[in-house]
Amino acid sequence: MGLETVFGQSFLTTRLDAAVNWGRKYSFFQYPFVTACCGMEYMSVFASAYDISRFGAEYPRFSPRQADVLFVVGTVNEKLAPVLKRVYDQMCEPKWVVSFGVCATSGGFYDNYATVQGIDKIIPVDIYIPGCPPRPEAVLDALIKLQEKVSKESVLDRKYK
Amino acid sequence: MTSYLLETFKAKFPDDVLETHSFRGDDTVLLKKEALLKAASYLKDELGFDFLMDLTAADYLPREPRFELVCHFYSSKHNYRLRLKCPVPEAGASVSSLTALWDGANWFEREAYDMYGIKFEGHPDLRRILMYESFEGHPLRKDYPLKKRQPRIPHRD
Amino acid sequence: MDKKNLQTPKNWNLETLEDGRMVLNMGPSHPAMHGIVRVLLTVQGERVTASDVEIGYLHRGFEKTCENVTYNQCVPYTDRLNYVSPFINNVGFALAVEKLMGIETPARAQYIRVIMSELSRLTDHLTCIGANAMELGGFTVYFYLINAREALYRLTDAVAGGRVTPAYTRVGGLTSDLPPDFGQRAAEAFRIVRKNLSDADKMLTRNRIFYDRLRNTGSITKEEAVSLSFTGPALRSTGVPFDVRKATPYLVYDRFDFDIPVGSNGDNYDRYLVRMEEMRQSMRIVEQALAQLPDGPVNHPDFNVILPPKEEVCGNIEALMAHFKLTFEGVKPPKGEVYQAVEGGNGELGFYIVSDGSGRPWRVRVRPPCFSLTGGLSRMIKGGYIADIISTFGQINMIGGELER
Repeated sequence: MGLETVFGQSFLTTRLDAAVNWGRKYSFFQYPFVTACCGMEYMSVFASAYDISRFGAEYPRFSPRQADVLFVVGTVNEKLAPVLKRVYDQMCEPKWVVSFGVCATSGGFYDNYATVQGIDKIIPVDIYIPGCPPRPEAVLDALIKLQEKVSKESVLDRKYK
Repeated sequence: MTSYLLETFKAKFPDDVLETHSFRGDDTVLLKKEALLKAASYLKDELGFDFLMDLTAADYLPREPRFELVCHFYSSKHNYRLRLKCPVPEAGASVSSLTALWDGANWFEREAYDMYGIKFEGHPDLRRILMYESFEGHPLRKDYPLKKRQPRIPHRD
Repeated sequence: MDKKNLQTPKNWNLETLEDGRMVLNMGPSHPAMHGIVRVLLTVQGERVTASDVEIGYLHRGFEKTCENVTYNQCVPYTDRLNYVSPFINNVGFALAVEKLMGIETPARAQYIRVIMSELSRLTDHLTCIGANAMELGGFTVYFYLINAREALYRLTDAVAGGRVTPAYTRVGGLTSDLPPDFGQRAAEAFRIVRKNLSDADKMLTRNRIFYDRLRNTGSITKEEAVSLSFTGPALRSTGVPFDVRKATPYLVYDRFDFDIPVGSNGDNYDRYLVRMEEMRQSMRIVEQALAQLPDGPVNHPDFNVILPPKEEVCGNIEALMAHFKLTFEGVKPPKGEVYQAVEGGNGELGFYIVSDGSGRPWRVRVRPPCFSLTGGLSRMIKGGYIADIISTFGQINMIGGELER
């Protein structure tokens, strides 16, 4: 935010948090890291029938540097793990990560030499969506959950790593 | 027709054909690996098998010879399929490459090399295709444990 | 941790060669390429002079996993091969195991399998063209076609209980029969599909921009395509009328009247036209199949192959034992090996299964159609503009799950 450097930390109130969070939670710019099957449902969420733009998150940014939310959609394997880490590292704070589907969450039913057992082995995750793949309704629910989570944060909370 | 093709094949390569069968209608020729290239070019040039549909391998541990190279050919002219198999022993597992005859063999052979460690002589660019360079071993071999992972970056706790 | 594993891969950054060419990295996570493939391009200005396609970012060990589970447990894994057309994979795998066992499913099951396969072909082509149009700037078309796909998803959801991953077939039959009002629902869905398809057709086929982006890009000759083991729409766009459904009919495809569209130039535009026509033919097949659909059971009568009905399991000891044995040990095909090909969304989808007589397959090999196609990508983009890679890649319809398994 940078506001705290202008006003000093004592000046910030929760009303500013509320204002900032309100802005943040209804204008997620997401980066879709689409790898596998879940991408099909991700496409459905975007299209007219489910219409994610009702929640202010319809605008995918295809550069991680411009994105707030990283959607990891699908299986991540050992070969892809460094790529995911690199994408995550490029995102600016504040940033959130949504793990879309069981493969990203826990490896799902792929438990073998190739797969990573959940992306939380690589990067921290805020919201997990179960389902193989999750139905679009579940994705919208997760987005609302993420909005709730964001609305409880303070601009001072985030560790600017 | 079934036996005709296999008989023709046997007559052409009497010393190289080890066995033929037509289990469930799939014509199969088991061939010495030295004769693979010769037989494949005969198939392509004279019998009209223009498609190399698939090329893969299988591991029959603990049998010896351990590996088997499996090729599936299809002839669009005769609308006919044929399977060619070559036993490949484990020691110095290698077999001649079909890339000179079919460009499509390139990736199929890279995959067989990646998964089973069978080398293809004469392949222009034999390297791993699905796994990464630093991966050790060949995952589809029966003695490679199912869950033996080789991470490229350290995992978080 | 091994140190060599932590190094940044070679050529990850832009690099200039001595002769003025540049090495440019595209992917693995590239915005305009659905799927994760890395293409290392050597470019002279805007022209691609050489390229190296690197895959494997979605390798999930399908084949190794299948060797460790029973035949019916493989079915959900096959869903996730070509996740845009899951039913075709289910059907292909089931047919391969049935061929291995030497059994045939009842006529009704065969008809239903054809119907679901064709619905899958529709979803596949709709997604392919929709995504391709979106990447080339036609976002509206994407919405139209995804709308049509949504109608089909609702239909398959009602049949199999899953939108994307239905796991509908079992060895020797299906998980369930069609719902009673399926014909009516299908007619309704097709009305939506036809409407959206005709809208998309109006927006794309004679659209100057779309035409210019696709015409004469990603061209390939007939001979090259055959040599590269191309199948499906990519092969047919060059003028080779090879379609597994016609060449070696499986199920009941020989009972339907349908055409195989072929192109003549082997470029992206022809591939697009072939796909558009194939969708209409698929709907034709489904409508004929629904008209001919016979009554009867959908499962093989032998309880060594398929689970007995629940009432029988709870009612008599033989069925209970069959249920127990089938659940724990799985179906046991005899020793042997088979190769079964079906026509997938992208071409010939083959299953090569080796059985050692136990309840688990010794070897399951998938012949993925887009493996060959992606293998030919380097040749198709050579000499073209960097921007043309997007249209070529889109028309190849690379599906990671199938490509890398």
